[in-house]
Amino acid sequence: MNIWESVRIAVRALNANRVRSLLTMLGVIIGVAAVILLVAIGTGVQDEVTGTIEGLGSNLIFVFAGNMEDGGGGSGFSINRPLTSAEVDLLADRLSDEHRVVPVVQGPVTLRSGNRTMRSTVAGSNEYAEEVFTADYIGGRHYRRSEVIAGSRVAILGSRVRDNLFPFQDPIGREIDINGLRFTVIGHLAAQGGSLTGDQDNQIFMPLSAAQRVLGTTDLSSIIVRAAEADRIDSVQAQIERILRPSLGEEFSVMTQEQTLGMLSTLLGTLTVMLAGIAGISLLVGGVGIMNIMLVSVSERTREIGIRKAVGAKTYDILIQFVIEAVMLSVLGGLIGVLIGWGGALALQAVVPTQVTAWAVGLAFFFSAGVGVFFGVYPAWRASKLEPIAALRYE
Amino acid sequence: MSVPQDRPASAFAKDLTGSKIARPVLTVTGVTKTYFLDEVVVHALRGVDLDVNAGEMLAIMGPSGSGKSTLMHVIGLLDLPTSGTVKVEGEEVSDMEPNKLAAVRNKRIGFVFQAFNLLPRTTALANVELPLIYAGVSSADRARLAKEALEQVGLDDRIHHLPNQLSGGQQQRVAIARALVTKPSIVLADEPTGNLDSRSGVEIMAILQQLNSEGITVVLVTHDHAVASHGQRIIHLGDGSIVRQETVLEPIDAKANLEAMLAAAAVSEAAAEAR
Repeated sequence: MNIWESVRIAVRALNANRVRSLLTMLGVIIGVAAVILLVAIGTGVQDEVTGTIEGLGSNLIFVFAGNMEDGGGGSGFSINRPLTSAEVDLLADRLSDEHRVVPVVQGPVTLRSGNRTMRSTVAGSNEYAEEVFTADYIGGRHYRRSEVIAGSRVAILGSRVRDNLFPFQDPIGREIDINGLRFTVIGHLAAQGGSLTGDQDNQIFMPLSAAQRVLGTTDLSSIIVRAAEADRIDSVQAQIERILRPSLGEEFSVMTQEQTLGMLSTLLGTLTVMLAGIAGISLLVGGVGIMNIMLVSVSERTREIGIRKAVGAKTYDILIQFVIEAVMLSVLGGLIGVLIGWGGALALQAVVPTQVTAWAVGLAFFFSAGVGVFFGVYPAWRASKLEPIAALRYE
Repeated sequence: MSVPQDRPASAFAKDLTGSKIARPVLTVTGVTKTYFLDEVVVHALRGVDLDVNAGEMLAIMGPSGSGKSTLMHVIGLLDLPTSGTVKVEGEEVSDMEPNKLAAVRNKRIGFVFQAFNLLPRTTALANVELPLIYAGVSSADRARLAKEALEQVGLDDRIHHLPNQLSGGQQQRVAIARALVTKPSIVLADEPTGNLDSRSGVEIMAILQQLNSEGITVVLVTHDHAVASHGQRIIHLGDGSIVRQETVLEPIDAKANLEAMLAAAAVSEAAAEAR
């Protein structure tokens, strides 16, 4: 009996048991598709976050209050000595003029316009903020140096703030109430999604001293220094540390974009491990599904093996038939799973960033196909060793 | 033939078929079969000697538990004896390796089971082709031979039906077609009428007798004396050994019975219409 005859027998047997064939394939399909999709999401998110930070420019240096190295990080670290405008002035004074020093204060506020109210985040800064945070203006302008000095009550609205307070209206020149203080809208931004400093669409931007008054503080959240050239960033970082150490001691941290990336990649690494874990579980579940179907069908198939042996099938004939059946089911299921996983990843791109990776496709495919072949062949191999009459009588 | 005189079954057969030259197609010598089930030892066969002669129709009879099915499985090479030998057409088969046994089953033996044992969800034609696939017959020849076999059992109009679309009698006829499609020297039928109504049973017996008249050796296993009486010889089995044998001087003619049944049915139908 040649191999084509075996293939035809296998195809006939699969066709005669369509429901079981489909269910087995479903196990492979789910396993493969889930792994590809999950890994695609993990990789996509990682790529996007990394890209966002990289997009900030490699010449940014961030100064935070508190020591990130000894505080243990996270919520556990306390700030004994906050950053204030004194440090901004000190840096602006001592650093060469070609570097920009941008103070940032952020905090929650309540906005009101007419009878509309919403919660938002205010971000105060100086006139150089434009050079650090990229944003597209739909209308209006950034606040000027004079307005920063004067602490003018002018505000720029993120897209969601505008849509909530002034739906389908031009907000320029309109007045809003921020934590009880009156502000005039001078600009509004295009929607741009999340970023390092939170959801910019849901923020409202204004001169530093105005923001500090709204929030009732004289502290800063951070200071961002934009070095004139990226390749001098290390020396600028060292300079900043030298300038601030006399007044702040060790109570501050200076990080470059690269160091921020390094910190985040630890975080994102955890995300990837988590997703890989979920992916592993889906593979396992898919594998158990395949195994289940294959083992459950063994009693009926053992009878079939008995019939085939009674009419003259050799052990080899039985084995090759089951190998071909299992390989065809697993490979076909695997290919469909790859298509669904890949297609799903592309379809999801509207909602979540996704990136299909070759290793995930390969791993998922070969694992599921391997499980399918093993659990398809192993029980059949055992059954093919039975005396024909034992197989025929199997219940 | 060297059949020792202390083996009455063989000797008796030889005497009976005296006019022909009694050539055994199947020889069973001192066969025992012992099962070990959870420390309980079951002696299903306790030393059976039997010759089945070419061209005869032989019935093996006995109550349930007498070992008749086990004997059929052993002579059909579906199961191996614990001791003793089985020869098919003079060839010793009891110590063959499993794949060689498969080839002997394929070419020389056809099976008809009480439960039909057709492949489910597979057409009658494909079921009958099955032994030919393992015999290495080309696909065109397979279809032709399988159709011929189905014609022989009167099912040529149902070759593309699935088993669940056929009545019990029709399924059993498919099984007979599958048994005879390789032109075996011997057909073994284990309670072939056990799952059938009486009319279908008579039809199946008529087909088996027809095959026998065409020269195929038929071995019938049954607990029913009426079914056994379709053969020329009955071997009575009890508790794993042959207890007695019987010559059927006038075997039941299933074909005549079938015609009588049809005629009777026609008469009662006519009577019903006349009323």
